[in-house]
Amino acid sequence: MKVLAAMSGGVDSAVAAARAVEAGHDVVGVHLALSRMPGTLRTGSRGCCTIEDSRDAWRACDILGIPYYVWDFSERFKEDVVDDFIAEYAAGRTPNPCMRCNERIKFAALLEKALALGFDAVCTGHYAKVIEDKDGNRELHRAADWAKDQSYVLGVLTHEQLKHSMFPLAETPSKAEVRAEAERRGLSVANKPDSHDICFIPDGDTRGWLEERIDMTEGDIVDVNGERIGSHPGANAFTVGQRKGLKLGTPADDGKPRFVLEIRPKENKVVVGPERMLAVDQLRGIKVSWAGLPIGAVERGGEFDCMAQVRAHGDPVDARAWIEHDDGRQILMVRLVESMRGVAPGQTVVVYQGTRVLGQATLDSARSLQRPDLAAAALSPDGR
Amino acid sequence: MYLDHAATTPISAPALAALTTELSRSGNPSSLHGSGRRARRTVEDAREAIAAAAGAHPSEVIFTSGGTEADNLAIKGLYWARRAADPRRTRIICSAIEHPAVQDTVEWLQKHEGASVIWLPVDAEGVVALGALQAELDAGAAEIALITVMWANSEVGSVQPVHEITALAAAHEIPVHTDAVQAFGSLPVSFKDSGLATMAISGHKIGGPVGVGALLVGRAVQLTPVQHGGGQERDIRSGTLDTAGIAAFAAAADDVVTHLSGESARIAALRDTLVAGVERVVPGAVLRGPRGNRLPGNAHFTFPGCEGDSLLFLLDLAGIESSTGSACTAGVPRPSHVLLAMGLTEAEARGAQRFSLGHTSDAQDVDALVAALPEAYRRARQAGMAGHVSSIQTAGTQVGAS
Repeated sequence: MKVLAAMSGGVDSAVAAARAVEAGHDVVGVHLALSRMPGTLRTGSRGCCTIEDSRDAWRACDILGIPYYVWDFSERFKEDVVDDFIAEYAAGRTPNPCMRCNERIKFAALLEKALALGFDAVCTGHYAKVIEDKDGNRELHRAADWAKDQSYVLGVLTHEQLKHSMFPLAETPSKAEVRAEAERRGLSVANKPDSHDICFIPDGDTRGWLEERIDMTEGDIVDVNGERIGSHPGANAFTVGQRKGLKLGTPADDGKPRFVLEIRPKENKVVVGPERMLAVDQLRGIKVSWAGLPIGAVERGGEFDCMAQVRAHGDPVDARAWIEHDDGRQILMVRLVESMRGVAPGQTVVVYQGTRVLGQATLDSARSLQRPDLAAAALSPDGR
Repeated sequence: MYLDHAATTPISAPALAALTTELSRSGNPSSLHGSGRRARRTVEDAREAIAAAAGAHPSEVIFTSGGTEADNLAIKGLYWARRAADPRRTRIICSAIEHPAVQDTVEWLQKHEGASVIWLPVDAEGVVALGALQAELDAGAAEIALITVMWANSEVGSVQPVHEITALAAAHEIPVHTDAVQAFGSLPVSFKDSGLATMAISGHKIGGPVGVGALLVGRAVQLTPVQHGGGQERDIRSGTLDTAGIAAFAAAADDVVTHLSGESARIAALRDTLVAGVERVVPGAVLRGPRGNRLPGNAHFTFPGCEGDSLLFLLDLAGIESSTGSACTAGVPRPSHVLLAMGLTEAEARGAQRFSLGHTSDAQDVDALVAALPEAYRRARQAGMAGHVSSIQTAGTQVGAS
C-alpha cells in the first residue's frame, strides 16, 4: 500500500511510520504546517508546529529512509480549527480543537490530498485500533493501552475516513514501549516530551488568548436564582465547571466553593452555584456521526446500552441512548445511569460499546436534576 | 533526472580536481613561511582567474563564503559607508524580485538601521521598470544610499537592465550593487563594463563547491566591513581564506567562462525544447518571465489549479527533480514574492514550478520530464483543491448541520 505518514515531529508518529515501513508499505512522511508564523524552538511540552518539530520529523524520515515533505494547511487550519474555536467560545460553548483538527484537517484535507496524489491511507501515531468485521466493514476501537487510548479524539471519524486510516500503535502495551522502540530504531525523538496543550496557544494561557480575540464586556455573575453576586470581565472566556478566577468576594451561604454552571453569552452572564449542581443526567447531542456503520439499534430507531465519554481522558459512564430527529437531522439523546459533573455545551460525547466506538455528537445541552431553576427545561447557551 | 541546476549544479571536473589537490595540502595563505607562500600563491592565482572570468581587476575580488555573505557585505557595507559620509543617505532602492539574501538584508537595515526602502516594481515579465527608478532619482537622489538590482532573476530567469540602471545612477554618483549569482557563468558578465560598485557571485552555481563565493568591489568604492578579525581581503572581509574552495571556484569559473558561448547556446536550445514540450503536453501551462531575454537554463511555469508542492512531489516520485522556485519557510512553499510582484494572484503563484538546466543536462532529461508531466499534472490538479475545500463529508459539514 502507498501510505502517507503524518509526522508531527513527536515520538508516536515517528514509531508509527517506522512500523508502516516495516510492514512493507511504501511510506512517505508529511509534516503539516498549521501555523502561519511558526515559532523556532519548542519549549517544554507546549505547542507543536514549531520549526524544530518540522526538523525532528524530517530527521526521523531520514533515519527511516523515506521521503519527507511539508504541506501547508495553515489556511484550512485557521478557518476550520482556530476560527471555529473562537466562534464556539464566543457562543458560550467549550470546543475540542484536537477533534476538530482530526475531523477537518488530518482525516479530511490531508486525507483528500493524499488520495488525490495516489496514496491509499493516512497513518498517524494515535493510540486507537481499526478492525474489520466479517464483511470487511471497519470499526474503531480503543487502543490496547487504555491509559494512552485516543479513540475519543478520533470518535468523529466517519466510515469513509476510517477506510483510509492506519494506526500502527493500536496494540502497543504502553508509551514506554514506544519510547524504547524509538530508541532501538535510533530515532532521536525517543525522549522528546509529549505535547498536551492546544498547539495554537503556545503559552497555554487559553483565557488570555481568547481575551485578545473575543469582545469581552464586563457583566454579571449570578446564582441559579438570578441574583447578582459579582461581576466578570467577559463571559466568553469561562468554561462550565471552572472554579478558579471567579474572584467572588463573598463566600456562598454554605461556605463551599462555587463553580461555573452555565454561560449565557446573550445576556453576558455567568451562572455559578455549588458543585452538586454541575451534575448532569441527560445529554443532547447534535452533529451526530457514526464511526463506521451505525449499529442495528440506530438503524431500527430503538434504544441501546452504551458508555458515554465527554472528554479525552474522562471516565466513561454507563448510559442508554437513542436517536431522535429534528428537521431531518439526527439528535443523539443519552440518559446517564450515574450523573456526570461539569459538562459544557460544545463538548463532544463519544458513545462506546465495550471497546468499540459507535459514534459521537456535539453537546447542545445537558440536563441536571439538581438545578431547581431549570426544572424540565433543557439548559442550552442561547435557546432558553 | 536533475532539473534543478539553479539551486546547485554538480561540480565540474576541473573544479573537483583543484579541490581535491588543494585539500591534501596545508598552509595558511597569511603565513610567511613556505607553506603559507604556496597557499598564498594558489589564492592569488585564483583571484586573477576569477577577475579574468568576471571582467574585473584582481584587487577587486573579495572572497566570501558564498553569495549570501557577498550580498550582506555589499548592502550593509555600502549603506553604512554612504550614511557615514552623509547622514541624509538612508534610502535604499531595491527591486521587488530580489533573492532573500538581498531582500532580507535590506529589510534588516530598515528594521534596525533606520533605512527606508523603495521597492522598485517590475513588469509582467519580471523586468524592473526604469521609469520608476528615474522618478525616484528625480525625487531625491541626495538621500539615496544605494541601489540594488539583481543581474538575472533566479526564479523566472528575467535579465535585468543593469547597464541602464548604472547609467542612471552614475549621473548622481549613487553606487549600484547587483546579485549576479544566477547570471555569472550563464551570461556574458563584465564587472568593469557594468558600471557597478559591487557584484556578488557564487561558486556552486557554476560548477564550483558550495561554501565559496566572492564580492567584486570597485577600487574606488567605500565599504564598511561586516565581519571583523585578522584583516584579510583588504580589511573588508576578515577570516582565514579557504584555499581549496577558492582554487576550485576559480577552476570552475575559468572552465565555465571558456565554454560560455557554446554551452549557453546548447543549454538554451535544450531549454526551448523543454518549453515547447511542456506547452504541448500541458496546454494550460503558462511560461513566466520573458520568452527571449532570459537565463539560458531557466524554464519557469505556472500550472493552473495545481499546488507547486504537489507537482514537485509527483515529479520527484517519477524521478524528476524540480523546484517550486521560491524560498521555503520551514519547508513550506509560500507564494513567490517574484510572481506576486509580476502581478500574479496568489492562486496563480501557488502553481509555480521551475525547471533549470545546466552543464550535465541533455535531451534525455527533457524527454523524461515531458513524458512524466501529463500524469503528474492531472493528479496535482486533483489534489489542488484539497488544501482549500474538502469534499469529505463529516459531522460538522453535513448538509443542514447547524
